[in-house]
Amino acid sequence: MPSSDYDPACLPDLLPLYYRRLFPFAQYYRWLNYGGGKCRGREQKPGEESRDPVQKNYFQNREFSFTLKDDIYVRYQSFSSQSEMEKEMQKMNPYKIDIGAVYSHRPNQHNTVKSGSFQALEKELVFDIDMTDYDDVRSCCSAADICSKCWTLMTIAIRILDKALRQDFGFHHLLWVYSGRRGVHCWVCDEAARKLSAAARSAVAEYLSLVKGGEETVKKVVLTDPIHPFIRDSLTEVKRYFPLYALQDQNILGRKESEEKVLALSTAKKRQYFEKEIMLQYCYPRLDVNVSKGVNHLLKSPFSVHPKTGRISVPIDLKDVDKFDPFAVPTISLICEELDRPKADEDEAKSEVTKGKENEQDSTEKRKIRDYKRTSLAKYVKYFDEFLAGMVDSWKGKLLQQSEVAVALADLDAEAVSPPDITLSLRSGVLSHSHLGNSVLSRRSPQFCV
Amino acid sequence: MQFPSKKSKAVTDIKAELYSQPLQFYGQPPLENISLSEFESFAVDRLKLLKTVENLGVSYVKLNEDYSKKLDNEIRTLNFPHGAGDAKEQTEKRRKDHISHFILRLAYCQTEDLRRWFIQQEVDLFKYRFKELKCGEKLEFLHKNNLQYNTISAEEKDNLREKLAISSYIASGVKVEEQDFYKVPFQDALDLVRTRKVYLKEGYVYIPHNEIVTIVLNDFRTRLSKALALTARSLPAVHSDERLQPLLNHLSHSYLGQDYSVQKNVGKISLEQIDSLAGKSFPLCMRQLHQALRDQHHLRHGGRMQYGLFLKGIGLSLEQALQFWRMEFIRGKVDADKFDKAYAYSIRHMFGKEGKRADYTPYSCMKVILSNPPSQGDYHGCPFRHSDPELLKQKLQSYKVSPSGVSQILELVKGMHYQLACQKYFELTHNVEDTAFSLSHPNQYFTESQKVLGGGKDVKRETDILQRPQENSATRGLTAAREPAVDESQHLAEITKNLETDFQDA
Repeated sequence: MPSSDYDPACLPDLLPLYYRRLFPFAQYYRWLNYGGGKCRGREQKPGEESRDPVQKNYFQNREFSFTLKDDIYVRYQSFSSQSEMEKEMQKMNPYKIDIGAVYSHRPNQHNTVKSGSFQALEKELVFDIDMTDYDDVRSCCSAADICSKCWTLMTIAIRILDKALRQDFGFHHLLWVYSGRRGVHCWVCDEAARKLSAAARSAVAEYLSLVKGGEETVKKVVLTDPIHPFIRDSLTEVKRYFPLYALQDQNILGRKESEEKVLALSTAKKRQYFEKEIMLQYCYPRLDVNVSKGVNHLLKSPFSVHPKTGRISVPIDLKDVDKFDPFAVPTISLICEELDRPKADEDEAKSEVTKGKENEQDSTEKRKIRDYKRTSLAKYVKYFDEFLAGMVDSWKGKLLQQSEVAVALADLDAEAVSPPDITLSLRSGVLSHSHLGNSVLSRRSPQFCV
Repeated sequence: MQFPSKKSKAVTDIKAELYSQPLQFYGQPPLENISLSEFESFAVDRLKLLKTVENLGVSYVKLNEDYSKKLDNEIRTLNFPHGAGDAKEQTEKRRKDHISHFILRLAYCQTEDLRRWFIQQEVDLFKYRFKELKCGEKLEFLHKNNLQYNTISAEEKDNLREKLAISSYIASGVKVEEQDFYKVPFQDALDLVRTRKVYLKEGYVYIPHNEIVTIVLNDFRTRLSKALALTARSLPAVHSDERLQPLLNHLSHSYLGQDYSVQKNVGKISLEQIDSLAGKSFPLCMRQLHQALRDQHHLRHGGRMQYGLFLKGIGLSLEQALQFWRMEFIRGKVDADKFDKAYAYSIRHMFGKEGKRADYTPYSCMKVILSNPPSQGDYHGCPFRHSDPELLKQKLQSYKVSPSGVSQILELVKGMHYQLACQKYFELTHNVEDTAFSLSHPNQYFTESQKVLGGGKDVKRETDILQRPQENSATRGLTAAREPAVDESQHLAEITKNLETDFQDA
């Protein structure tokens, strides 16, 4: 699919169009607001749980950073509402947008805050997989280049990490995004994830890291007994792709120099897991721990443009991850061009507008909605909508659960006898019962021997 | 309920209660009055202990026999609580433990680096002491500190049996059926998660009973971290007390010894000298970085930080540094414009001229070895720690180190004595029998090297206050520093002599 030749020099002309008519502000705001309710403070209903104070100004206290024309970089941008964000972005036309943490105060007022009090409080847990980290195991490309042969590495990375984050860590709301040039990002949006400390993020990233070592390390994967279930599962996944990727596309055993590289990985003593280690070294995801561990780390925003390639950082639909083609991702020039193309149903839509007695603002809204829908961006925004819908359910569900907990606790108080076999675990407002079987609520373990 | 009539009896009772446990979480600060001399001596003793913990941790596998023996020795010598002793002695020692911990909190809460160091050593010390507790004492500790986690049912255990058996390090002979397994949220067991030493499912880790110590450690670490952050906020009040301020500053400075943050030789090095200095006087890590920079005309962030700060430490001025990096990067893919926009900022940042204006200190060996390990495309880190032994060997051979020297170094590396390996490298490349110093900082390596090459002239006595005395090449073990420490307490006593006051009970 042609992406309509992109010329970086055209960015200054394309960006205003992009931000005025294509950028999905409504969905973007809905995401980052995390169900926080309208910005105007509202009355707390009687009996309602008081909102988590962090939650109250979640969007307003979020840091954004912009890279503007001539490489001017500005941090600590923040907005009090969706419309303010729209106006600012349309005014500044950023070349690149990064999302940072939710702070204790509005980032754009951080200079007025007493030193030491301005703290990063929450942020999504993020991962950055960059193709250059695989240069030692791909021969088709190097540095910033990618092709369909090495893109398989990204597919493998997404599969393994997505599964681990869900099954091992229990996260549910993961947004995978194409970075625009040579990698992918993952945004874990669960509340528990956003509240993780730096130490916890670092621990998660290290749990997921198997390939270790810099230029001076030849053998980057070392497996010892026993093999952890997570490694076993990852191997199963890698095995599915290894024949196609390494043996066929990269032809690691077919060319002398790469064959020598493989042999260099074997040592004099035949290692027990030699083959597994090779497969992992060639295919297992390589993530940058430093990106994941900082609560205040800034990462490129979804739907930001990549200034060098012109491609939009679009969400990746996991149902079709094997078919995802980075070269089919629309560029800003393509979608701007698609805007201008008149469409058959355009006139029909126009007459609809004039028929109804909507006021001007409504019709502008409607036009905006129709605008991106006319372009190749549509399907990506649709997928983003689905992702958001999944999260919205959890926000609603949480409020329900909070009130359920209040009721359950009241019930327990009323009971004279202490419940023998039930424990309540109130982590993150989630109510769960677990039947302890042979253990009782406040049992002390009889034997403690090391 | 009857209260003891005499006040002093009440105080003793409270003390006895407080110090009835051999180990504590340091949740409550001490509330008594103490003399300034006790304040100092307690603090200095604990600092010595923590330094020992640090050094042992780098030279030995933690908690193995050698480590435990030496640490126990140090604990007894410094009069901290250990297994033996009658009740009264124990109370005294536990009181010292309690008070000294809180004093050091004051000294080590101020910066991120200090906090990190303090937490690491306190956690390691706690780990050792928890391990030394008897069965019943461990249990009592858990109860007293409200660490209650839920066990999983027999059927759940059955379903997960295979996975549990594989992932948990269960003592040999003990089967999954016989152990209790606790289901703990992963956030409470980060050390186990990080090292993949446990089975993780849907956000919960399943821990066998005998692993509960890791949870305890995690808890300890988190509490201490939070407490330090709080302490930092109340620090201005403490610093306004003139008796305490010099003491506390002294304590936090002595941990770093010479931290090379104040440059004594600004401008004495010229850029032309750097290539030859790299071969002669740079430690291996910096030599490697310099080489990579010359070869690739580029270094990634980790490398720029480690090498850039080192150069600052040896005396490069900001202008020189900018020129140095610019010249090299321009030879590569970066044009002058891009350099000025992107990289110049971070170099100025290193010198404290941007952002929060923190004057970053050059990395110590500890920091290089333990934090930010290199990954693909990186050249930073400690070669003795992070390089493949094979590659390290080749590199040393190419630098004309004798074969016997190379094998000596590799032996040390195998035993995880990275700094000793670097010292050996120093000895071999400078042709000296024995280094007169104990290596803990790349800039120290440079200074000592210049000393040797300059024939001992221009000696800058960089006093490393709690420095270990020189090693006997035969033993290569670590001995506790005694002599410098005595000077130290005398020195401190002198400072505070005229200010010493004894408080009377009201």
